Amino acid sequence: MTRKLLALSLLLSVFTLIFSNSTLAAGSDEDKTSFIMHHVVDSHEWHFVTFGDTHVTLPLPVIVYSADRGLEFFKSSDFQNHETHKFGKEYAYEGYFIDDHDHLGRVDGASFIDFSITKNVVMMFIVLFLVAYLALSAANHYKKNGPVAPKGAAAILEPIIIFVRDEIAQKSIGPKYKKFVPYLITLFLFVWFGNLLGLIPGAANMTGNIAVTMVLAVLTFIITNVNGNKEYWKHIFMTPGVPPLMLLIIVPVEIIGLFTKPFALMVRLFVAITAGHIVILGFIALAFIFESITIGVVSTVMVTFINIIELLVATIQAYVFTLFSAMYIGSAVAEHAHDDHH
Amino acid sequence: MDLITPGSGLIFWQLFGFLGLLFILIKFAWKPMLAALEERESSIENALKAAESARNEMANLKADNEKLLAEARLERDVILRKAQEASVKMIEDAKNDALKVTAQQIENAKAVIETEKKAALTEVKNQVAILTLEVAEKLLRKNLTDQKAQKALVDEFIKDIKLN
Repeated sequence: MTRKLLALSLLLSVFTLIFSNSTLAAGSDEDKTSFIMHHVVDSHEWHFVTFGDTHVTLPLPVIVYSADRGLEFFKSSDFQNHETHKFGKEYAYEGYFIDDHDHLGRVDGASFIDFSITKNVVMMFIVLFLVAYLALSAANHYKKNGPVAPKGAAAILEPIIIFVRDEIAQKSIGPKYKKFVPYLITLFLFVWFGNLLGLIPGAANMTGNIAVTMVLAVLTFIITNVNGNKEYWKHIFMTPGVPPLMLLIIVPVEIIGLFTKPFALMVRLFVAITAGHIVILGFIALAFIFESITIGVVSTVMVTFINIIELLVATIQAYVFTLFSAMYIGSAVAEHAHDDHH
Repeated sequence: MDLITPGSGLIFWQLFGFLGLLFILIKFAWKPMLAALEERESSIENALKAAESARNEMANLKADNEKLLAEARLERDVILRKAQEASVKMIEDAKNDALKVTAQQIENAKAVIETEKKAALTEVKNQVAILTLEVAEKLLRKNLTDQKAQKALVDEFIKDIKLN
């Protein structure tokens, strides 16, 4: 197990180096680190690697909706200089442009909504399909064979399902856990696969994107409050055991508390995954800033080490996100005494 | 794009992508899988319970068997003892009977001997009487003829008697 983990981490590190070297070959120190932020944030194109002047890039669809022009479709390469493959305001196309910070803009300044299939959207679809494929083929096993011992995809998923059901849902939510198990399993698998696939060099930092974590956190927030029972709301608006005058302070705090929970969910996953990516890429950048083989060797060792940690973090963060979602839901559906919370 | 500003496109696609995944998987994956898991768990639990009850039944059966065996043993002992007693009694009875029969037979034999003896004695008496009568007759006859001869005859007879 340890050997496999080490081998996997080393492989990831070597590939990360291969994928990043050419962007770093020349330029100022700032250029040598700019690729870090470029990797961490979303993009309208999927840039894999650059060999000299050859860019290996997947152009992605750019979808724009504006009140006056309706829905419009472009591809990201429309907005690039064909020689340098760089975005810029000067390469506007059909009234739109993508600036050098990868922001879509409109030449006349009118408002629009960007529905582009960005790098992270593609990454998300890959994760969705992987999870769906695994889950459906596992379900197929049960459909074909009935409730027998698991095999194949079912053997992979079954321990996870049982873990989420028994260790996360049942323990955090209580007797009404059954209703929420499917959501929690989906959540766990999505975040976990997103985290793991994000570690592959060249892949997108999907679960380390605040839009993705925000949507997941908001879903948990909605599920929590839709299922909130009388006691849950009473606890917020008529906090028991508090003098009426104090309620003026407590109730706003409780209401803020409603929103801090999903906010914490959103930020925790975003920060944990993004930070991991930044640290790995930072170590790689060191080698090119110092332009030293020694530093390169040290960097590789460090990147391997961080990758091991990241593999764990990927799993832990998926677990934590699911666990906290379950706990928030649990606090909303619980019927035990309020004293437990204080 | 920015690090901490969520992109509108990503929010849109993520929301609908994830919800789509959620609905597809709930309908086609998690519900049947969770149901199958539960079914399997309950079947395993039932099997364990059945095994437990079978084991208890076995234990009960064994206890019953042992009880029956013990009872049978006890009964056998009783029967044996009774048989022994009966046989002893039979032997005793047979002995007693034999003794009685023997005594009876001895008694009978004694009676027969007594009878025979009496008969023999009577016979002897009769013979003696006949002899006496014959002697008397001969004596009388000789006496009638000659005194002397009579006397000789008597002597002769007496001699005969003595010889006898």
